[in-house]
Amino acid sequence: MYAFDIERPATIADAIKALSAEEALALAGGQTLIPTLKQRLAAPSRLVSLSAISEMQGVCRADDGSLCIGAGTTHAEVAGGAGAYPALAALAANIGDPAVRNRGTIGGSLANNDPSACYPAAVLGSGALIITSTREIAAEDFFDGMFATALEEGELITEIRFPVPEMAAYMKFEQPASRFALVGAFVAKYADGVRVAITGASEEGVFRWSGAEDALGADFSAAALDGLSLEGAGMITDLHGSGDYRAHLAAVMTKRAVAAAG
Amino acid sequence: MPKVSMTVNGKPASGEIEGRTLLVEFLRETLGLTGTHVGCDTSQCGTCVVHVNGRDVKACTMFAAEAEGADVKTIEGMAASDGALHPVQKAFQDHHGLQCGFCTPGMVMTAAALLESNPSPSESEVREYLEGNICRCTGYHNIVKAIMAASGQDVSRVAAE
Repeated sequence: MYAFDIERPATIADAIKALSAEEALALAGGQTLIPTLKQRLAAPSRLVSLSAISEMQGVCRADDGSLCIGAGTTHAEVAGGAGAYPALAALAANIGDPAVRNRGTIGGSLANNDPSACYPAAVLGSGALIITSTREIAAEDFFDGMFATALEEGELITEIRFPVPEMAAYMKFEQPASRFALVGAFVAKYADGVRVAITGASEEGVFRWSGAEDALGADFSAAALDGLSLEGAGMITDLHGSGDYRAHLAAVMTKRAVAAAG
Repeated sequence: MPKVSMTVNGKPASGEIEGRTLLVEFLRETLGLTGTHVGCDTSQCGTCVVHVNGRDVKACTMFAAEAEGADVKTIEGMAASDGALHPVQKAFQDHHGLQCGFCTPGMVMTAAALLESNPSPSESEVREYLEGNICRCTGYHNIVKAIMAASGQDVSRVAAE
């Protein structure tokens, strides 16, 4: 690692102030950023650790019934605290391994927007709201391609608000070495329609599969997806699988998610 | 250089660090607690697992500065002051839960964390919880057996292959 200074503010306001310094970078759980720093793929002059900001941690229920999760809440805390949204709790309980889940946070995962991460599928699949230090961003407007988001320099995710669906499930085909999703499908049924979000597959990162959403909106059953498929073009091709394979997996995992939700 | 202070194995510990000093470096190099190992240094293998405020974490993927004020427990803090082994350590000894021993500190710390939250885990729950701990001798059967024995379960029927 290159050398850097580290700060540990206790409030969001102090963190924003610290992040305004040149070449400052926010450090959430560090489960991606620290390995990245070790490889010298990032060279901030200052890290602003968010782990001491208690106002950014915890799970609560808003008046409208949605589930509010502080951006600094660890995967383990979401797994244990998001009982009101079981599909989300189950997703969090299956990220990485137990020690990683005790450090990694939902806000860190979303800000990183790894194309194979689990949380982006839940956020897009739930139509969640990303609340930052300056504004509210709809899930649709937040993800901006591989490792890219709508976040501006110095802007901090503070909270994520999930509308709780009637039923939902997440199915991930795990890449066994990294434990990231080779492909993951998040399916959620709301009163006004079904949402399907696919992670791990597209070169553009997480995306909604509108064909499947329409079919499931008419008939919420795995059989409703028979004959539907995604194009392999534009899907990630690497040593773990071709684009065509990932497109096929996306359909299989979506069916499994529907079956598990119902 | 900035200073960090924490409680390690029940005793106050402090030292000068750089921003980039990892918790595992602080434990091993500043405090001389070399029981916590560094295997892969990429948060894959789990031999660096310690408890921070009661939670099992990979000490190679956390900065020392982030443990300011924390209560840290390492493998050196598991046995009682009179030398009596922690039940998980004792079970590893009784059931041959180690071969070369390199992964053992992380295995013991992870197992102890599991038993804190799940005092009587099934075999599959134990295996699942060890997802982030790699034994390169591949001695998993006896590790799993030892952890189940430490939880007070009868392991006479658990395969030891």
